[in-house]
Amino acid sequence: MPELGQIVQKVRSKNAGPFWLTIDIFCGTQEAFAKVSNAISTEQVAALFRADPAVVKRFDIADLNVVKFSLPRPTIQGARDDRDMHGAGWAALLAELDLP
Amino acid sequence: MVRILVPSGALGLGYDAAALDRAVAAGPDLIAIDGGSTDSGPSYLGRGVSKYARESTKAEWRGLIEARAKAGCPLVIGTAGTCGTDSTVDWLYDITVEVLAELGQSARIARLYCEQDPADIAQRPLTPLSGAPAIDPEDVAGCSHIVALAGAEQVNAALQTGADIVIAGRTTDTAIIAALPIARGCDAGAAWHGAKIGECGALCATNPQSGVILVDFDDTGFTITPMADGARATPHTVSAHMLYENSDPFILYEPGGHLDVTGARYTALDDRRVRVEGSAWVPSETYSVKLEGARVAGYQTLVMAILRDAHYVANIDHWCADILARHRQKVTERMGLVPDTWHADLRVIGQNANLGPLETRRGQPVELGVMAILTAADQVTANTLGKLMNPYLLHHPLTRDEEQPTFAFPFSPAEIDRGPAYEFVLHHVMNLADPMDAFRLEVTDA
Repeated sequence: MPELGQIVQKVRSKNAGPFWLTIDIFCGTQEAFAKVSNAISTEQVAALFRADPAVVKRFDIADLNVVKFSLPRPTIQGARDDRDMHGAGWAALLAELDLP
Repeated sequence: MVRILVPSGALGLGYDAAALDRAVAAGPDLIAIDGGSTDSGPSYLGRGVSKYARESTKAEWRGLIEARAKAGCPLVIGTAGTCGTDSTVDWLYDITVEVLAELGQSARIARLYCEQDPADIAQRPLTPLSGAPAIDPEDVAGCSHIVALAGAEQVNAALQTGADIVIAGRTTDTAIIAALPIARGCDAGAAWHGAKIGECGALCATNPQSGVILVDFDDTGFTITPMADGARATPHTVSAHMLYENSDPFILYEPGGHLDVTGARYTALDDRRVRVEGSAWVPSETYSVKLEGARVAGYQTLVMAILRDAHYVANIDHWCADILARHRQKVTERMGLVPDTWHADLRVIGQNANLGPLETRRGQPVELGVMAILTAADQVTANTLGKLMNPYLLHHPLTRDEEQPTFAFPFSPAEIDRGPAYEFVLHHVMNLADPMDAFRLEVTDA
């Protein structure tokens, strides 16, 4: 079982303001895009962040070979329980996801 | 056609000087640069200070003031000094006056102030945006700084004073670029879309560190041209920039409406320039501006220890849980503090300090760092909490019958006072009858 990070170009997570997190999976090729787009469910991503799947926005952008997820930040940026001011570390959770 | 020069994603990040010279020679109508955003956290807004050193800011700002004089066009900075409070607008104004005097130049300077009175905002009806925290008027009134994000209307009001240099407080990233094309009658969808693509400078092209780009706006679309040697914009690099720090890659909310790029077409004009058409601007019925606020959440003290003993590395969770329980008991006994007034956290660096409970992996590290974060209502109390934590991080044994261990402290004293820790409070919008209602302009000739 390959990890997602091994078949795509890059997984990036960034703040989209202090209250939202956005994760971009740059698949690189149509083939990788098709595979990622089919293999990953929104529920799976929500579970990684212990989030309600209903609040996770998903964009499958074939023109860019990108699958994008946005969700309320697991912790508000800079709050006492926040661990990552720029939110870049969360990308690892998706990059290390096992694909079927 | 309106030509906007964007030197880089933010003042303080640096730009390619040769590319800037080429861009100035191309005859821009305006030079626009961003001074910051919330991305570095709540402390800058909370304190009303810049993230970047005055020395870096002055050196880069000087280069742009010189470029402005050569180009003979206005220079606009949005979100001056990282957070765009009145204090950071005045901070950059002082630097500007200093640079102009050193260069022997004179210029008309417009300052756009965006700061709001927390007591006043606390009384106003506000609309929460998606993901906003629950707030009560007391939280809002307790903010040390609140700013409203200015849009194209307020930036244009500043430009219409005939200013050579506009120092704006908090603006949307895009407003400083979109303002002039909109005022000159270019297509509004193109103006906002081109502004979003251009707001991080050459991040929408190859060689993103080079910074400098030109964005040309007209009646039907916009064209992106990166100016550094060898930098290229392609339909892919340009359209992919809509993903950047944006929760929805097709919709962007601005004061007075939203941008919809669902119908946008990206075309390569040659191997370095991209043309974009088909973006739509959808005006809203009411005019609203977004608010940002920060307040003191508490004062913090840190204590750090490094554990190299394999026995302790293997049993770190037990060790930390035991320390937190003993520390809690000692704080109650010796300081008499009640539970909700203070907080202690141990972050294990090398295990899950980045992701915390969401971490899915576990490795076998050689050593672990333990960072204790103590939070209280004042610094003296936080420091005392740290002093009570100190003996545990230095000597706490896993079991009673083993020899007393000693762990590595990198500093003396071990307690590091961090000062006030701020938190973001607002993720709300406020309606305005007139766009200038929450903003003030000051014009001076220097």
